[in-house]
Amino acid sequence: MESSGRAAGGPSRRQVLGRGALIGAATVGAGLAPQAGAARAATAPPVREETLAAEPVEISLRVNGRERTLSVEPRTTLLDALRERLGLTGTKKGCDQGACGACTVLVDGRRVNSCLTLAVMQRDAEITTIEGLARGDELHPVQRAFLECDAFQCGYCTSGQIMSAVALIEEGHAGSPEEVREWMSGNICRCGAYPNIVAAVRQAAGGGAR
Amino acid sequence: MRPFSYTTVSTVRSAVLQVSPDPKALYVAGATEVLNLVREGQIAADRLVDIRALPLTSIRPGAEGLHIGALARHVENHPVVRRDYPVLAQALLAGASPQVRNMFTPGGNLLQRTRCSYYRDVRFACNRREPGSGCGALEGNNRYNAIFGGSDHCIAVHPSDLAVALTALDAVVRTQGPAGARSIPIEELYRLPGEEPHRETVLDHGELITGIDVPASRFAARSHYLKIRDRASFAFALVSVAVAVDVRRGVVRDCRIALGGVAPRPWRARAAEAALTGKPLNEESRRAAGQAAASGATPRRHNRFKVAMVERAVARALSEVGD
Repeated sequence: MESSGRAAGGPSRRQVLGRGALIGAATVGAGLAPQAGAARAATAPPVREETLAAEPVEISLRVNGRERTLSVEPRTTLLDALRERLGLTGTKKGCDQGACGACTVLVDGRRVNSCLTLAVMQRDAEITTIEGLARGDELHPVQRAFLECDAFQCGYCTSGQIMSAVALIEEGHAGSPEEVREWMSGNICRCGAYPNIVAAVRQAAGGGAR
Repeated sequence: MRPFSYTTVSTVRSAVLQVSPDPKALYVAGATEVLNLVREGQIAADRLVDIRALPLTSIRPGAEGLHIGALARHVENHPVVRRDYPVLAQALLAGASPQVRNMFTPGGNLLQRTRCSYYRDVRFACNRREPGSGCGALEGNNRYNAIFGGSDHCIAVHPSDLAVALTALDAVVRTQGPAGARSIPIEELYRLPGEEPHRETVLDHGELITGIDVPASRFAARSHYLKIRDRASFAFALVSVAVAVDVRRGVVRDCRIALGGVAPRPWRARAAEAALTGKPLNEESRRAAGQAAASGATPRRHNRFKVAMVERAVARALSEVGD
């Protein structure tokens, strides 16, 4: 299957939305390997010494296990590159200033706000978006838990919540509801679905919903 | 966002050479602050110089103290930091969100700009952002603003938790500029606003923070960071307190008390330190230290609550380091 959000084959984004808000466009990729990536810094330093002019430049990004070539300007955030250039619209733009968490993606296994980094700064990184979580039709356990626990209402923050939760579990911060609340604090839900989000994270982590 | 060029560098020397001569050039590392400022227009940068490849990532504890590279990652997880400098680990964990903590760097954290809404919202007057334009906070919504160290031109507060903890630990900031290297005690890094609030630090343009040295001390190991905010997590401080005490034979021999959220720079509460030194650490001395810390405050219309909050927060933070 194609890894673009506009992809044919597998459920389309609209179908997915119809089923209940962005629980993963079916994307086949390397999937998620947070442990492998976690040893590297979230913002792996570039190896080049170079200047990119303030104009469009072709770069490649490794997204959901696939090498993608795209044109960006140096000022293009990773968020805008994912959404506007690669069609991966599962990652949401909320506040566009790092305060809401809707744009959370994994960079080398660590969760980051994709609105707060530039695409050109992530040329050596392994990027995982919500589209990269499911394996074919099989949802990631966190996606499944969000569905089962009814952990969203409007769904706009949900992909960011899920990406954050995936990293949180990997970090070992799902030990108690209190711990989950603290370590999910970078993701704001305007609908107030927090109790069910905490339950979903606990369930996915195998700690029981409470 | 205004267009800018992007340069990567691999040595401190070339970084400084790139930024120093170009007033519109700016260092970028974590980007968590720089991108917001460039996007919103508080800073007019034509060029970002990415310093992430510089060899400034180490965390080195030793007999002399602790060295933290300007680009060090997750300092709060270092076992020696957690054991010997708890206030530092606690302040870092109290800051921002897990996502932002995966991105930011210590050097950039120290140089983050105020969260004063009159600075952040470019539609308002702000002497700090635009010299001579006025200050919307003086007569406006100044709930989050300073009760110490402000002027008739600016009452912004510095937002860094890390800087408050480092102030309580007598940290020294190492820099490299075109004229060479400097060591600057963290208290002297920041200027008070006075008549020139736009001059925030003593650093020259292009002078790069390369690291932070925390000297070994008798008080660092017995230290605590308390942060009070409008919500339980991921918010800037209304008031924060970093305390570090050296207690021997039941008496406070030496101590440091620094406040956040109340002044344009981390605010060392020297009167509180004096009130506590020589006393046993008990309810009475903690309360006296709190009152001393709040003395001399000049609150504004919407932030009078911070005076009592400082008193209580200092006492409470001291109660966390034992009797």
